[in-house]
Amino acid sequence: MLSININKKLHGSQGDMELDVNLEIKEGEFLAVSGKSGSGKTTLLRILAGLEESKGRIKFSNKIWQDETNFLVSQKRKIGFVFQEYALFENMSVRDNLLYVKRDKKLCTKLLEMTELSELKDKMPNTLSGGQKQRVSLCRAMMQKPKLLLMDEPLSALDTQIRKKLQQEILALHREFEMTTIMVSHEPSEIYRLASRVVILDQGKLINDGTPKDILLRQSGSQKFSFEGELLEIVKVDVIFIAVIAIGQQVVEVVVSLDEVRNLKTGQKITVSTKAFAPVITI
Amino acid sequence: MMQTLSSLEFEPFLLSFKLASITTLILFFFSLPLAWYLSQTRSKYKPFIEALTALPIVLPPSVLGFYILVSLSQNSLLGAFFEDVFGVKLVFNFTGLVVASCFYSLPFMVQPLQGGFESINKNMLEASYIAGKSKLRTIISVALPNMKPAVLTAFVITFAHTVGEFGVVLMVGGSIPNETKVASVAIYEMVEMMDYTGAHIYSFLMLIISFFILLAVYTFNHSKKIGGFS
Repeated sequence: MLSININKKLHGSQGDMELDVNLEIKEGEFLAVSGKSGSGKTTLLRILAGLEESKGRIKFSNKIWQDETNFLVSQKRKIGFVFQEYALFENMSVRDNLLYVKRDKKLCTKLLEMTELSELKDKMPNTLSGGQKQRVSLCRAMMQKPKLLLMDEPLSALDTQIRKKLQQEILALHREFEMTTIMVSHEPSEIYRLASRVVILDQGKLINDGTPKDILLRQSGSQKFSFEGELLEIVKVDVIFIAVIAIGQQVVEVVVSLDEVRNLKTGQKITVSTKAFAPVITI
Repeated sequence: MMQTLSSLEFEPFLLSFKLASITTLILFFFSLPLAWYLSQTRSKYKPFIEALTALPIVLPPSVLGFYILVSLSQNSLLGAFFEDVFGVKLVFNFTGLVVASCFYSLPFMVQPLQGGFESINKNMLEASYIAGKSKLRTIISVALPNMKPAVLTAFVITFAHTVGEFGVVLMVGGSIPNETKVASVAIYEMVEMMDYTGAHIYSFLMLIISFFILLAVYTFNHSKKIGGFS
């Protein structure tokens, strides 16, 4: 059991705010922490890792990590941490990055095999792709066989296909090593696929806590599709108007009426939504 | 010509290089913790320490030499202590030169090292702490190997700067042959005695050596920038 009861004043981009988190996480749970940028997610993770100080208590399986009088340094928490930007030791080969943490050649070989990195074990980090680097970083974090794994948006810099593959690997490692995992993520599909529980942070406070199914479906409203997009252009075709909208990586066309056109300006942020009673799914 | 060359003494050069080597080595170990502290601290005293460290760059060498002379002489507390306890004099001998050079060249070792430490990705250091490694181990195994150009620059510039010192050496060491008469002081004396041929040869040697030392550093750092660290 990881119990967190911490408080820290932060000077964020939107002025001062207070990070105030009271949370209990069961052993073996996979918790996703989500929320807008600047809401304190990374700071929470860094406090758990002992990289930043805060007021309050943190206890992990009956061991006090911090309270009014004690503070256990990062070196002694025996956790795994995966940074968003990999943070590999640039002067060491893939294999040495792992062995630096612990001289356990058997575990090193096993982890490299699990993540299909065996062939790259003698390569230096700056010759690897983003996805490969993050896999090395993940393996490195596992070398201490941590009971707690912390990941700060580990996949946000990677493209969709690599992401999926790494999601599977993260899940496999989480199960194999039976650890408690906390991952900061913005991606609903990622949270849905990996996490057993999700909490939402807003301005330093927990505003939501539940299963991914409950939280993610609740967030998107009453069974309808809704996408945020940017209006690129409005084209008049005969008697109707067509709005060209960028949604994520896609550009779509939507028919709009004359009344609607009057309220729209190109460059605006808009929401496109539809009640979906019987959506068609194609592959 | 050959006669002039063979009659020249090269002890002042050897002395300069011996002084520079010892100073560089001492300063490296002394500056390492200081540069690390300056690169990591958020203390409000940081500018104060930085300013103090950088003083030798702007102070006239005679001022620095004067203070060192006063504080190391037998009449000073420090000088008296060393004389009574270790039987070592700290001025007008080689030991005194080493101590003075360490003050004089301090910023040339600290600043590149501090810059090097600051350029290292903080998360990389944190990853090492999380892996259970101490700060010392992290500095040796992670930080220093990832800032080789900075370390090389610190070594070479400190060395070259110590070889090139003149004012401080003259104040603290005087000009005792084989003890404190380094190359720069020897050149000064030659000019005073109107021995221009000797001064020419010494000066030209200094020029060539200094240039090639700097050329070597810049070439190395340039190739590192292009080729990365692999």
